[in-house]
Amino acid sequence: MTAAVLEHAPSPPEAALAELAEEFELLGDWEERYRHVIDLGRELQPLSPVERTDANKVRGCASQVWLVTEPQGDRLQFRGDSDAHIVRGLIAILLRLYSGRSPDQILNFDAKVAFAGLGLSGALSTQRSNGLNAMLARIRADAERLAEN
Amino acid sequence: MSFDPYAARAEFPILSRQVNGRPLAYLDSAASAQKPQAVIDAMVRTMTHSYANVHRGIHTLGNEATEAYEGARETVARFIKAAGPHEIVFTKGATEAINLVASSFGRDFQPGDEIVLTEMEHHANLVPWRMLAERTGAVIRYVPVTEEGALDLAAFRALLNPRTRMVAVVHMSNVLGTVNPVAEMAAAAREVGAAVLLDGCQAAVHAEVDVQALGCDFYAFSGHKLYGPTGIGVLWGKAERLEAMPPYQGGGEMIESVSLERVTYGPPPGRFEAGTPQVIEAAGLKAAIDWLQAQDRSAIAAHERALYDHTLERLRGANDIRIFGEAPDKGAILSFELQGAHAHDVAQILDRYGVAVRAGTHCAEPLMHRFGVTSTARASFALYNTREDADAFVDALDKARTFFA
Repeated sequence: MTAAVLEHAPSPPEAALAELAEEFELLGDWEERYRHVIDLGRELQPLSPVERTDANKVRGCASQVWLVTEPQGDRLQFRGDSDAHIVRGLIAILLRLYSGRSPDQILNFDAKVAFAGLGLSGALSTQRSNGLNAMLARIRADAERLAEN
Repeated sequence: MSFDPYAARAEFPILSRQVNGRPLAYLDSAASAQKPQAVIDAMVRTMTHSYANVHRGIHTLGNEATEAYEGARETVARFIKAAGPHEIVFTKGATEAINLVASSFGRDFQPGDEIVLTEMEHHANLVPWRMLAERTGAVIRYVPVTEEGALDLAAFRALLNPRTRMVAVVHMSNVLGTVNPVAEMAAAAREVGAAVLLDGCQAAVHAEVDVQALGCDFYAFSGHKLYGPTGIGVLWGKAERLEAMPPYQGGGEMIESVSLERVTYGPPPGRFEAGTPQVIEAAGLKAAIDWLQAQDRSAIAAHERALYDHTLERLRGANDIRIFGEAPDKGAILSFELQGAHAHDVAQILDRYGVAVRAGTHCAEPLMHRFGVTSTARASFALYNTREDADAFVDALDKARTFFA
C-alpha cells in the first residue's frame, strides 16, 4: 500500500452499511434475506486450513468461527470464516462493515443497530451458539489495541 | 387406558403460541420439556399459599411447606420404585447429582482405581469423573459405541476388573436415543464389586424406571426434562451407599449438631441437602410426576415411537440425510445431518418455520468425535408432539434443503 493511499481516511463503515442497506432493501421476506446472506457467505474468500487455527478460533457452540486480523498501517484488515453457511454470510457482512477501517471508525460503529437495520436483528443475539458476538468483541479488542499503540 | 396427545397438548399453555408467525412445533424436549398447567399451578399455589422455609417451622406455613417438600420426596421415591423417601436426595439438577456422587462416593478413590464410562456420555456424566480422576489418580476407561449407536458390550465386559470402582452409564442417550442394557451392565459390574451410577435424564421421562430392578447404586435425573421445573434434580442412592458417604457441601439442614470445635452430620438424605431447599421446585416436580403418572405411560411411549417412525419413514427417501443412532432399542430422538448444510444452518432455518430443534454437540463432544462430526441437529419427541409437528419438521427440512443446494 502506498503512502498516498494511507493519507486518505478510509471510507467509513457507514458507507458500507448504506450499500448493504440498498442490497437488502430490494429483498422481500425473510427467505430472500436469508438466501442473500447465504450468497454473501459463498462469495467470502475462505480461510486456508492453516489459518483455521485454535488461536484464530472464536468461541461458538453450534458452529465454528475463525477470525484473522491483519494490521495495515493505521487500519485493520479482517478475514473470517465459519463452517456454517448462515454464519459465514453474517461474517461477510461484518467484514464489509469493519475490515479496512481505522480503530476509531471500528470503535464508534454499532453493529447491532446496523444488523437490525438490515432486518437481521437476531444475528447478534447474546446466544453463545452463534460466534458472531464473540467475533465482534475480538474485532473491537484488536481495534483498541491498535489505537493504544 | 389410552393416550390422546391432542388433549394432553392442550394442557401445556406454551404450545399454543406462535413462533415467527407459525404454530410452534417444539422438538427440543430432550433438552428441556415444556410444563403442563398443573405444574405451573402447583408452583404458584406454593408461593401464594404455603410458602415458608422448610424443616424449622413451628408455624403453620412452615409445616405446610415441609409437608409439600417431603411429600415430593415420597412421590419421587414411588415414581422410581425406591425403597423409600430416605433414598431420595434433591439436588439442583442431574449434573449436581452426579457431581455429588463423584465428589463424595469418589473421595477415597486411589491412584489406579478405575472408572468405566462410555463414549456416549453427556458431559455431566463425564466431566465430574474427569475431575475426580485428576484429583485422585484414578483412571477412566471408555466403552466404545458401535456404528449403529449401541454400546459394545463385549468391550464393556473386557474393561471390568477388580480395580473397577465405578461404572457410570447413561440409561438412554440424549443424542442417539439408544436405550442401554443397563440392568445387564449393572449385574456385570456387581460381579467385580463396582458401584453403578445411571444417568436417567432421558429414561426417567420415557420409560418406567425401577431402580431396584435395575440393580444400580445411584440413579440421577432432572426435573425440567420431566415436564417439571428447572432448579431441581434427583439423586437416588441405595440407603447403605448414602449412609456410608461423607457430606458433599456444608451448611444448614445437613447437620446434627454444631459447636465451634466440632460438627456432626445428619443422616441421609438431609446430609446431602445443605442450605435452604427448593420447596417451590419440589412442589412443581411432584405435580409433574403426579400428572405424568395419571397418563397411560406405555401408550405415551408407543405414541412417541410412532412419531419417530413416521418421521424416519418420511426421511428415508432422502439420500442427503445421515441419521445418527439406529440401535434396535431406542427412544424418540432423531439426530441427523443434512448434507451440505451445517446443523446450525438447519436449526436456524427450521426456527423460521416455527420448528424448534437443537443443533450442536449436545454436550457430548466425545460422541461427535466418534462419528467424525463437529455437530448434529436433533429433533426429540415428547408426549405432546403430534403428527402435525412431525410433518412440520419434515416439510421445513425440505424447505431448508433449497437454501443450501
